[in-house]
Amino acid sequence: MQPLSLGPASAPTPHPEAPARGPRRDPAPSRLTYRVHRMWLTPLYRALLRVGLPTFVILTAAGWFLSDPANRLAISDKVAEIRRSVETRPEFMVKLMAVDGASPVVDAAIRALLPVEFPVSSFDLDLPAMQAKVAALDVIAAVDIVIRPGGVMAVRVTERQPVAVWRTREALELIDATGHRVASLADRAARSDLPVVAGRGADQSVPEALALIRAATPLADRIRGLVRVSERRWDMVLDHGQRILLPEADPVAALEQVLALDQAQDLMSRNVTHVDMRNPLRPTLRLAPPAVAELRRIRSLSLE
Amino acid sequence: MTELYQQQRAMRAMRRAAMQRGVIAILDIGTSKIGCLVLRFDGPEQFRDADGVGSLAGQSAFRVIGAATTRSRGVRFGEIDAMQETERAIRTAVQGAQKMANTRVDHVVATFSGASPRSYGLAGSIELSGAAVSEDDIARVLAACEMPPIGEGREVLHAQPVNFALDHRSGLSDPRGQIGNRLSVDMHVLTVDSNVVRNVVYCIKRCDLEVAGIASSAYAAGISALVEDEQELGAACIDMGGGATGLSIFIKKHMIYADSVRLGGDHVTSDISKGLQVPWAIAERIKTFYGGVYATGMDDRERIEIGGQSGDWEKDRRTVSRSELIGIMRPRVEEILEEVRDRLDAAGFDHLPSQQIVLTGGASQIPGLDGLAPKILGQQVRIGRPLRVQGLPQATTGAAFASGVGLCLFAAHPQDEWWDFDIPATSYPARSLRWAMKWFKDNW
Repeated sequence: MQPLSLGPASAPTPHPEAPARGPRRDPAPSRLTYRVHRMWLTPLYRALLRVGLPTFVILTAAGWFLSDPANRLAISDKVAEIRRSVETRPEFMVKLMAVDGASPVVDAAIRALLPVEFPVSSFDLDLPAMQAKVAALDVIAAVDIVIRPGGVMAVRVTERQPVAVWRTREALELIDATGHRVASLADRAARSDLPVVAGRGADQSVPEALALIRAATPLADRIRGLVRVSERRWDMVLDHGQRILLPEADPVAALEQVLALDQAQDLMSRNVTHVDMRNPLRPTLRLAPPAVAELRRIRSLSLE
Repeated sequence: MTELYQQQRAMRAMRRAAMQRGVIAILDIGTSKIGCLVLRFDGPEQFRDADGVGSLAGQSAFRVIGAATTRSRGVRFGEIDAMQETERAIRTAVQGAQKMANTRVDHVVATFSGASPRSYGLAGSIELSGAAVSEDDIARVLAACEMPPIGEGREVLHAQPVNFALDHRSGLSDPRGQIGNRLSVDMHVLTVDSNVVRNVVYCIKRCDLEVAGIASSAYAAGISALVEDEQELGAACIDMGGGATGLSIFIKKHMIYADSVRLGGDHVTSDISKGLQVPWAIAERIKTFYGGVYATGMDDRERIEIGGQSGDWEKDRRTVSRSELIGIMRPRVEEILEEVRDRLDAAGFDHLPSQQIVLTGGASQIPGLDGLAPKILGQQVRIGRPLRVQGLPQATTGAAFASGVGLCLFAAHPQDEWWDFDIPATSYPARSLRWAMKWFKDNW
């Protein structure tokens, strides 16, 4: 029996010359064949046999294989070995470290911080962690660690530039324009080119301090430093114990006012201990005690 | 009667289930071949919401996706003779069709030609209670038909209302919704031997298939081989099969008479086999290759090597002229046609307004039959081929598949039969229950 599209089925072969064949086999499917064929055409069975059964067999075999710890170990060993052999290929090896943009001291510090035994596979280098480690140094503003072709680990570093010396109760610190600590300073004289700031919160407004120092150029040789008062305004300290108390708002203008007075009337070379500019509309002078006495004397003279 | 009603209703439910699944098989159990077609209901017609027959006479609802045919075994005169053999043949056909369709079928609509069908015309009438005719009234009028004595061991195969009359207006095809006082119906009932039907159903069940409908092959051949105007105006379809010749008379698109003659192409073959002393298979081959019913002078000179597979050289080298062959075939074909003529006369076919006769079935392909048949049956005879349905392989479009194709149409759009209507609720408890249900439905 065939489908009709394949032509007529079971045509008798009565040609006289044809050799007589045995009894024609009955082409009818047996009951079992018929049932199996029908079952095979059932979508559920079909899906089960074509997808379900192979999946089940594969999963069972895999599960049975993996249930033995020795097999698992062998697989993980094999994987590790292959991984190792790929990682240790010369293409992936890092042979040396190059540090760019660092002063010799920082260079040495970075090399001490990253104790890497070269040559090493680039897969074993944890670049983000190393970068974080280097970036944790105060002196480092930015760091960029890359592995260049040719097996070089390049550490590109931007150092912080110290702009002021911050005197705290404990120590002298170098700070940069953002107020971040750069390094400790053992001796003020080692960086006499940098202005000194003091007081709590002085590191928070370094740019303002620098602006004041720049504005006070005519008094440059007399400036001892700037003191942050109450974390809100600056005092400029000159030699001979003189102080210029600057306001919170627009201190540069107030300072320039004082400088103008100094230029015109030689204010700061007089016996004045404090120039109080906290209220810029009402500058106030505090005189040294002898000067006060002299002033009072002169006033009484004129009154009499 | 109620048992039959339940059985037929169960078959209709099965057919609906098959429709929902979308696949149904057609099984034509014939004497010479068993054909199986697998239909898939997925056409646009399936989702049409409007009433009535759709495009392509409703055939675009389905598509033939598998077809197989096999030599029939164990069937004589269109009836199952050896059940095991028939079951094997059905298995072969179903498996081949399933394989081609690449899908599994569980529901089968079957047809067979034998079982000595007998037609009865029934009439019934009721007084209408309400104004308009309702579905329930139709059920009542169908139930009001007087059942003729159909005999012991007979069963109703088709019970189709063919005509409704409302008061003095007759010829209504669907009286539902119309207004009148008295509704009467003419019903055509076709009965067959119950044993034959039982055998067929049992055989199909043994193949793990569910019977979703059974039809007479004469009816199925009629709906596929008669064109629409022939069905409307009156025509007879003569399905000349292998073991039995079915005839069905249609008018107004309803079958009004069906019968079967227990003679067919196999008798022609057996005549040849006897007359020429050849095996059955060779006789069949000689019939299909050289057969005819009109001898000419040319046929006297045409010698046919008949062979015999006997091993005897003298016997296997015999030849016969084609006119001798025709001389064997013609009387048998004439006998079949005369038998059909008798049945048609008995049915009163000559009173129909149009007396078109359509010959179809495998035996109608004998050359020259279109010249012989008018001499016996009347002038309006044509050789018919079944309707073309979508997806039907070329090999199954011949006249031999008229009943198979008709059964496809039957499966797609069965005519309303008696059991398609609910039994009228006449007993008091059932009616009160229905009222309660209606009250619930109306109020919630």
